[in-house]
Amino acid sequence: MALNKIWVVVDRANDKVAPASLELLTKARELAGTVEAITWGDAAALAADAGSHGATTIHTVGDLGSGLPGPAVAAAMAAQIAAGSGPDAVFVPQSYDGRDIAGRLSAKTDRPVLTNIVGLEEGDGGLISEHAIFGGTEVLKARFTGSAPGIFVVRAKSFAAEPAAAGPAAVATMEVPELGTSGGAIVLSSHVEESEGPKLDEAAVVVSGGRGLGEAGGYKLIEDLAKLLKGAAGASRAIVDAGWVPYSHQVGQTGKTVKPTVYIACGISGATQHMVGMKNSKNIIAINKDQEAPIFSIADLGIVGDVHKVLPKLIEALQQRG
Amino acid sequence: MNVVVCVKQIPDPAAPGKLDPSTKTLTREGKLILDESDSYGVEMGLQLAEQAGGGEVTLVSMAPNGETSGLRTALAMGAAKAILVSDPSLAGSDALGTAKVLAAAIKRAQPDLVIAATESTDGYTGTLPVQVAEILGLPSVTFSKKVTVSEGKVHVERQTEAGYDEVEVALPALITVTAGVVEPRYPSFKGIMAAKGKPVDEVTVADLGVAASAVGSAGAGQEVVSVQPAEARQGGEIVVDEGDGHEKIVAFLEQLKVI
Repeated sequence: MALNKIWVVVDRANDKVAPASLELLTKARELAGTVEAITWGDAAALAADAGSHGATTIHTVGDLGSGLPGPAVAAAMAAQIAAGSGPDAVFVPQSYDGRDIAGRLSAKTDRPVLTNIVGLEEGDGGLISEHAIFGGTEVLKARFTGSAPGIFVVRAKSFAAEPAAAGPAAVATMEVPELGTSGGAIVLSSHVEESEGPKLDEAAVVVSGGRGLGEAGGYKLIEDLAKLLKGAAGASRAIVDAGWVPYSHQVGQTGKTVKPTVYIACGISGATQHMVGMKNSKNIIAINKDQEAPIFSIADLGIVGDVHKVLPKLIEALQQRG
Repeated sequence: MNVVVCVKQIPDPAAPGKLDPSTKTLTREGKLILDESDSYGVEMGLQLAEQAGGGEVTLVSMAPNGETSGLRTALAMGAAKAILVSDPSLAGSDALGTAKVLAAAIKRAQPDLVIAATESTDGYTGTLPVQVAEILGLPSVTFSKKVTVSEGKVHVERQTEAGYDEVEVALPALITVTAGVVEPRYPSFKGIMAAKGKPVDEVTVADLGVAASAVGSAGAGQEVVSVQPAEARQGGEIVVDEGDGHEKIVAFLEQLKVI
């Protein structure tokens, strides 16, 4: 094994380990002798899943009160690293809180951070990270040259999450030093914008719409088609920015990474920002007026046509099948 | 209220990106423009300063060769002045090195609020603003999709996986804003003319008191090992819709046993 110890930041989703962190734990146990999870809040509920995916210990920084995870988790890890009890590498999921943790940890420990990682391998006594650049047309490999631990921020769905026959991780507490002003942001309330049907990043079928829909009302076609295929409705950044649909639908670099059996891109040209989030779908269908649209370069089936003509007919055909 | 907006001047994203074959970093040749992601932060800063009834927006940027064309766009929108860190030693800086330089420049402006985009369009590392906040000892709220300020506190709707959180933080603070937080104004002719005369304070790394060893490719604690073409996805069937496009899709879905 290339490394002795890896820390994996465990993001929480409804008091379970978030899928992206299970993926990182699985990868970490392949690369290091010891894997430890770092989280916040009640760790007992996460110990079984963290353990089965490779962590021997799950450290929690404790109850955050109404604070955000970034400052506390980063400060706790930085204190351990400064005291010489740090790992050889820190894996962080590229989530909202993950990026906050990685950024603060980097500045606190004066160590660089590599983000947008889609692959990791051993090489020359350290880790080599893979990054998809220019919309995934090229693969860049990079490594850290400074003192350990390097901070690796990894995109969701880069690895498969696989449990092993291991018991629950031991729960331990990691002390948080005084945060001072940096910990001053307070969460007042949380709001859920859930849509019906399967979740975007778990659905077998994803139907996404873009600017080609013409106006906000056009998104109904996307929702109708998604429902008929028992899938989830996604969106390009352009129409989220335009306020047509909530951010929770966004697929791409700044949105969700999806890997469904079928991805249907409707009126989406295929900007780099979008392709990064969906190009690993098993099958891609694209409908776009512009024959030159980049999305066609990765489509298994491309229909050069107007979504306003193709989608209503497709919806009707599927309805008739019952 | 005084606001600093971090802005990046980037090559036109419509032109395909390129890597320098020897350094394997993004090439920055040709005319640079204001990163569109940053226009939202500039607009947000202008609106908050206007609402506070006083104060101004200062731009902070780092660019090679004293490049100001992107800064002029933001000045034309209404920013009062700019601090531009331009120094040959900065070439090849990683996100942490850049954060150290920007933090030192921001300190000069002594702002109540620092605004940045969630990530740049060309590099999209997405950690720089939080690194800056940590260096300056500021609290931060990232991924803000709605921002108001009252009684010395910033109130933010922050995107989450499931929806959004309402987050409050006392000034001084740093926030990152998403595209779409506000609609950026187009510079007026008057604004464009006025921008030509607005002060751009050009400083070097030494002026800021940042160690030369902390920046540039020498200060970067990471290196590119290789760049290779990705395994190309097999090209599929592209057909022009002649009124039967939907039938092709139905047949494809049947073949995949999705329906």
